[in-house]
Amino acid sequence: MTQEKLERVAGNGLLSRRHLLGMGLAGAGSVMTNSALGADAGLQIPSWSKFPGPGASAYGNRSAHAEYMQRMAGEPDPLYPGGGASRSPLSSLQGTITPNSLHFERHHAGIPDIDPSIHKLVINGLVQQPLVFDYDDLLKYPMVSKIHFLECSGNSGALLGPNPVNGSAQSLHGLVSCAEWTGIPLSTLLDEAGIDPAARWVSAVGADAASMGRSLPIDKALDDVLVALFQNGEPVRPEQGYPIRLFCPGWEGNISVKWLTQLKLTSEPSQFRDETSKYTDTLPDRSSLQFTFPMGTKSLITSPSGQMELTRQGIYQVTGIAWSGRGSIRRVEISADGGRSWADAEIESHQSDKALARFRLPWEWSGGTAVLQSRATDSQGNIQPTRDAVLADRGRLSFYHNHCIQSWAVNSNGSVANVYV
Amino acid sequence: MSMYKRALLLIVSVSLASVGLVSFAQDPVLRLGSPISEDQLSEFDLIAGPDGMGFPPGSGTAAQGKQVFDTRCSACHALTGEGTSGRTILVGGDMQSEGSPLRTVGSYWPHASTLFDFIRRAMPANAPKSLSNEEVYQVTAYVLYINGIVDQNTVINRETLIAIEMPNKDGFIDRSQVR
Repeated sequence: MTQEKLERVAGNGLLSRRHLLGMGLAGAGSVMTNSALGADAGLQIPSWSKFPGPGASAYGNRSAHAEYMQRMAGEPDPLYPGGGASRSPLSSLQGTITPNSLHFERHHAGIPDIDPSIHKLVINGLVQQPLVFDYDDLLKYPMVSKIHFLECSGNSGALLGPNPVNGSAQSLHGLVSCAEWTGIPLSTLLDEAGIDPAARWVSAVGADAASMGRSLPIDKALDDVLVALFQNGEPVRPEQGYPIRLFCPGWEGNISVKWLTQLKLTSEPSQFRDETSKYTDTLPDRSSLQFTFPMGTKSLITSPSGQMELTRQGIYQVTGIAWSGRGSIRRVEISADGGRSWADAEIESHQSDKALARFRLPWEWSGGTAVLQSRATDSQGNIQPTRDAVLADRGRLSFYHNHCIQSWAVNSNGSVANVYV
Repeated sequence: MSMYKRALLLIVSVSLASVGLVSFAQDPVLRLGSPISEDQLSEFDLIAGPDGMGFPPGSGTAAQGKQVFDTRCSACHALTGEGTSGRTILVGGDMQSEGSPLRTVGSYWPHASTLFDFIRRAMPANAPKSLSNEEVYQVTAYVLYINGIVDQNTVINRETLIAIEMPNKDGFIDRSQVR
């Protein structure tokens, strides 16, 4: 591959997807080449090849050299004991499945230490027969496994602020993760209790110290909601709701109530604090949107991304994640000139419904300035909006449910920063 | 085989086939939930809704609630709800004000029931569920009082609480059917 043969597909260095295959550090366009060898030194057998390492173990750990990958947790607030969030290290992760240890967290009163032999799941309210379930009994039900993203409705809210925050993919957008969730269709358990025709909502309550509750429309409850017991093959982690969490595919994360202990069927929403005072969006006319459930069509370039440094000119792989609460991702376009020209990225996914998709496109950086953006389209034809479009639609008083296009500016010194265009 | 026997055999065969089909069609359905009564859930079910569903017996006034609030709530919310940080402000705000409005119980919350429900399940933050139902009614009355919504001697109980019209009761647009 030579410089002359590179096929350009959009402005400011975006290259054809076909160059993904030939990409490597030695590829044409790499002005600087890395050398794995010191000057004139031959390659030596490393020390770890000269003695046996430790044997098999009961529980695995990651390499000490990978421990830099951490969730970013907020400072503890004595006025909000156990409350707060931690964010997934999106720019370090690859593929589409988030390791359980790095799945984002959001707690309202900390993580309860639940003994599953004592924990109960109650179904009551507008049912023919209120029921109580033990964890061991729930494990006996037929289960299904689904790969779905989970996103906090507060994710990316900082982008609606007046000035661009100096942040990273993790700090600005790390309240999204994706896992395989295994559990019992909620409809199975509701059918066992017998649904009263007057039931229109299901109030779900957790067993944390906040007894956090949310109201869920019954049609969603009977559609694709899971009573999830497993996350990526192992019991749901304590910070994700052990031993049982509700999982509502595609909807704002808070409604997938963790540490699930009660499902009450009602005719009206219960109007919990976390669906009135919080997780609502105020419009310019001072009315506020309530029960905004599906998360918007969204994508994000995770590399290159905010606070990274490009250390050489040449070809880079632009990569990131895309998702929609209303379906699967059908298209991701990338711009390197702030949205003036666009090229289709390669989408590497199973086209899973309401799951993360990974996208990639090669890009040649020649040392100038660039603004990298990605724009997703979902299977329903929804297109990710610009920041200006979101602000024009919702004004400047709202915070939640932001799915606008992220702009990363690449400066001539190689630094990458969050900007507004 | 006579016609009669033939017919009988056919009938028996069809019957057996039907029985077989029925037993295959009906997968054994697990029913492992144990019946429980709503009475048995009276301590467990903390949901108190705007229609009055789920409220326990009891009542309280702001005058009574002030004492509870002083000792159990004021460390975070300050004595009259002005808060000790942006997170703990309970009073003030005006949704029609210039710029971003301060959203509090008085300026933003659409339902008075939410106040009782939230205090009972989640407050005080360092010791949730340590208040008696009577104290929850009293503190609810006090928070409504410091927001200028009730008088200090108004008796707050299930009936009077759900009858209160909060200042921002019409301020919300239900998006639950937008899919």
